[in-house]
Amino acid sequence: MSAIRCEGLSKSFGKVVALRDLDLTVEPKTVFGYLGPNGAGKTTTIRLLVGLARPRRGKAWVAGQEITLGWRFPRQQIGYLPEDPAFYNWMTGQEFLTYVGRLFSIPGGELKRRVAELLELVNLREAAKRRTGGYSKGMRQRLGIAQALINWPSVLFLDEPASGLDPMGRRDVLALIDRLREEATVFMSTHILADVERVCDTIGIINRGQLLMQAGREELREKYASPVFEMEFDKGLGERISGWADDLRRLSWVDRVEAEGDGVRVFAGDVGVAKRELPRLIVASDLALVRYELARPSLEDVFVRLVQRSERR
Amino acid sequence: MTFLVPLSKEIKEQLRTYRFLIVAAAFIFFGLLSPLLAKMTPELLKGLETSGISIQLPPPTTTDALVQYLKNLTQFGVLLVILLVMGSVAQEKERGTASMILSKPLSRLSFLAAKFAGLSLSFLFSLALAGIACYYYTIILFGRLDGLLFVKINLLLGLWLLVYIAITLFFSTLARSQVVAGGLAFAILIVLSMLSGIPRVGRYLPGELLSWANRLTVDAPGDAWWAVVISLGIILACFATAWQVFERQEL
Repeated sequence: MSAIRCEGLSKSFGKVVALRDLDLTVEPKTVFGYLGPNGAGKTTTIRLLVGLARPRRGKAWVAGQEITLGWRFPRQQIGYLPEDPAFYNWMTGQEFLTYVGRLFSIPGGELKRRVAELLELVNLREAAKRRTGGYSKGMRQRLGIAQALINWPSVLFLDEPASGLDPMGRRDVLALIDRLREEATVFMSTHILADVERVCDTIGIINRGQLLMQAGREELREKYASPVFEMEFDKGLGERISGWADDLRRLSWVDRVEAEGDGVRVFAGDVGVAKRELPRLIVASDLALVRYELARPSLEDVFVRLVQRSERR
Repeated sequence: MTFLVPLSKEIKEQLRTYRFLIVAAAFIFFGLLSPLLAKMTPELLKGLETSGISIQLPPPTTTDALVQYLKNLTQFGVLLVILLVMGSVAQEKERGTASMILSKPLSRLSFLAAKFAGLSLSFLFSLALAGIACYYYTIILFGRLDGLLFVKINLLLGLWLLVYIAITLFFSTLARSQVVAGGLAFAILIVLSMLSGIPRVGRYLPGELLSWANRLTVDAPGDAWWAVVISLGIILACFATAWQVFERQEL
């Protein structure tokens, strides 16, 4: 049984379609990365799945229960971190976690232990008795993660969990998400590709309310990405390099060319032709080559390619 | 159980954000000021005689103290109600605390009921403190005051305040901004006050509760049980509609 399943889930705000016929399946105890540019429909999907918004049509199941029936929702089993977590400024971090724990009817002694454990986990033990009104953005984000975990959720929805965190905080949160897969299914939205690359088992890419694809991390690279030809030239040839890159863009077998500083990256539509033609073109350009490599594509390349392709449609 | 948890949060919030302190202090102030004003008014007016104006006033009585008390607490009480209740739900929606908390096992009915109960307790307790302050100060200044009569007056005043708590909470649920909620509640206050002036209609409206309380101060006949029933109906209708609206709202 899937932890999360959507069938034709759609949502509109007036005439604006925020989500269009979303079909999605997330297997239990995996980390699902929901990737898309700002305004793609990531937050809308999460709000539908945690019961804060209603779909225009379609069905969805979370933790085995159909949530689109409108009267039953497995709140005891889910955890939710909104994109911009908000707290009662007059409460301390410890009080807020205790309040949330009491809503889940966690008994007193057990709740006390759980709150202490979570404060330790998100590195807020020292700020536990400070009012949340004085917390920094990063501290609020960490408290948000702690409140989402208070009930040992089996399905955890995290909307941009690493936003607002410094590099150390981000590393810790991603390590925590990585560990959580042992006990929960994590549905995490983000626009930071490096985060997805680091922790997610499966990835869904969404743009303009439409799911462009869903696949395993490796499968995604193999299926959707063609190799990238990376070149590096001698320093100080910037103008000549960009002129040469412009010439490449006109070739029929070239999909896309990125020129930055002394480097050029060529995404070929026909890799066979590129393998034969590119070395010849480099020689003809008279640019002094330092490095030439047929590189494995990054997730970013796949993402950009899919999003651009969907926008051209 | 899920009602008691948010209710205790609401009560703590009233205390920790000093809202209860503000309401209680204001109510006690007017509780004490009212009999004092009633007692001092003739003395103050006597002072005007030196400037050549002669004003004849009968000696002040407990009735004057009670009339002052009713006037002050209705005028300032309802303003405090609108100011403190207008943000109760709207602000939580604006800031995002409502969406985070309501993704937990807390029903929207319990969330609203806890708000209404917490705010009502805060105002009714403040009214009780104001009543005690006024009662003892009236006794000190005027010698005596019928305790049962005073309780009746306060019950009517309390019910009248509850009507405006319910109306403002309703608009706070309906609106996305607390300013809009406050504006709408204030508009209803003005409309109801204007309608209260129409004899055939006014006798059924919440304003009649205050007229009844005023009649009690002078021991005049004429109860207003219909106004009590209709006021309770308004409270119930506002709450039930707010709940239904809130259930359908997307957060």
